[in-house]
Amino acid sequence: MGICLPNPGEAHINGVIVPEEKAYEEAAKQFLMAKVPTIFPGPLVLWAWNEKAAKKATAVRHLYNTLKECVQPGQTPMLIPMPDYRPKYPKINPEVEINPNHPNLTIWHNKIDCCMFIGVHCHQANLALKIIRGGTSCYTIAMCAQAGHEDAMLSFRDASVEKIMKLAEWVKKLKGTVKPRLTSAKSGASN
Amino acid sequence: MSKERIKISEDLYDIMPSDYQDLVKSATYGKEDRGWKDIGNSKELIEQHSLCAGCPESMAFRYILASLPNPEDTVMVGSTGCTSLVFPMVAVHNIHSLFGNQNAIASGLKRALSVRFPGRTKDVVVLAGDGATVDIGLDMTLQAWFRQEKFTTICFDNELYANTGGQESGLMQKGFVAKMAPVGKLFDKVRLPEIARESGCHYVVQCTVSKPSLIEKVIKNAVMIAREIGPTYLQLYTPCILEIGKNSMEGLQEMRDSEKPTERFAYKEYISEPAKQLLAEMAAKDKEKKAAAKQLAAQGA
Ligand SMILES: Cc1ncc(C[n+]2csc(CCOP(=O)(O)OP(=O)(O)O)c2C)c(N)n1
Ligand code: SF4
Ligand SMILES: [Mg+2]
Repeated sequence: MGICLPNPGEAHINGVIVPEEKAYEEAAKQFLMAKVPTIFPGPLVLWAWNEKAAKKATAVRHLYNTLKECVQPGQTPMLIPMPDYRPKYPKINPEVEINPNHPNLTIWHNKIDCCMFIGVHCHQANLALKIIRGGTSCYTIAMCAQAGHEDAMLSFRDASVEKIMKLAEWVKKLKGTVKPRLTSAKSGASN
Repeated sequence: MSKERIKISEDLYDIMPSDYQDLVKSATYGKEDRGWKDIGNSKELIEQHSLCAGCPESMAFRYILASLPNPEDTVMVGSTGCTSLVFPMVAVHNIHSLFGNQNAIASGLKRALSVRFPGRTKDVVVLAGDGATVDIGLDMTLQAWFRQEKFTTICFDNELYANTGGQESGLMQKGFVAKMAPVGKLFDKVRLPEIARESGCHYVVQCTVSKPSLIEKVIKNAVMIAREIGPTYLQLYTPCILEIGKNSMEGLQEMRDSEKPTERFAYKEYISEPAKQLLAEMAAKDKEKKAAAKQLAAQGA
């Protein structure tokens, strides 16, 4: 049994197709609940290879700033780049840079319990999301520019500047209404 | 040809690791007279690599990457072997091909690039070990040359299969005993430079990588001739210090010893008539440019 990908205007949450609006709400909730809500921007937004990419980068920064404004003391939002897909051996610092072949290291090192991928090419996002899903308890969100990611726990499709901004609005809207997971014994990623 | 296409999004610049920031700030993409002298003054197109300490392949990589005339519009094609440990650290587009297939991949790639980007110069450069070039990939190597495919083939000749522990290769010297070839090589080193010439390569050089200025010259010639005329081939001696029992510091001396006029890596060069003509035209243009610059400087003074 596989997961059907959403049609335009829809998203999926744990494999169940939902109206996009429901996914904004859930993603914002997950971010606000997390101890270390994290955005992983990939090459498609880190590099200003066209005007749209640069605008998306601005929107990503806005979402990160919004997260910082809306979380409570003890919650630490992070913005960690995935600059390219090369296995950067022998040395990579997984705390400051995510390697798609070992995303679990970045999750473990920073105790990330909710993350969102944006601007990562499909094949690498699929790989990284699978590894995170298999080896950690981190909640994964994909702000996918194509048809959505079956390997993310929550996936949007057709990502755009507007959608990133809308997610930021939802975070603002739910500010103070969600109880963070700060006290739970098993908070953060596990291995 | 510039850094126009290599820009970090402003709003995420601060989170980019410094190696990428440095590439954008001070790498020599788009610099017309880029060459080995930029090493030390600008960001190199190679990061850390996982070759053995002192491996001459790392020197070769540095000189080649500093000398490519058009790195932002170059695609390199690699193959399995010690070279493939380096490619992930290289800031030039590159494709890893199945062992031996590199010249077939490069043929398709070069053709596809000229269809996809008709108005833009795109160079393709194959870089593979001797096992990949001369043994398992010989068919693909030769067929690309027969077909006059317009790309450069570089072979890092370390005279054995280094990455898998020292098996015999066609480019190994006669009589050589390697860790995994205890009987000793029974036949002569394959004369690939001569075969390349007979197979239609327009520029063929065999040398060591002991002199960066020489590598700059042959790389530039090979890429320009491949771009305009047809296949070119460089066979560079990059001794596997591990397999020949040398220390990290001894690679350079090994190359110097092997390039003496009577030795097997004495400088060897073949240039076809059309390639000679192109090089002469390039030299004339270069001279004109330098004269114009001199005149301009004199007027300004
Ligand atoms: C199709 C295939 N056959 C065999 C191998 C095993 N293999 C990996 S590296 C290598 C030797 C590489 O030798 P060479 O091309 O001379 O490169 P070097 O490591 O010496 O730089 C071999 C045989 C492989 N990876 N793929
Ligand atoms: S095994 Fe030989 S060729 Fe390979 S990295 Fe080490 S010294 Fe260089
Ligand atoms: Mg070899």
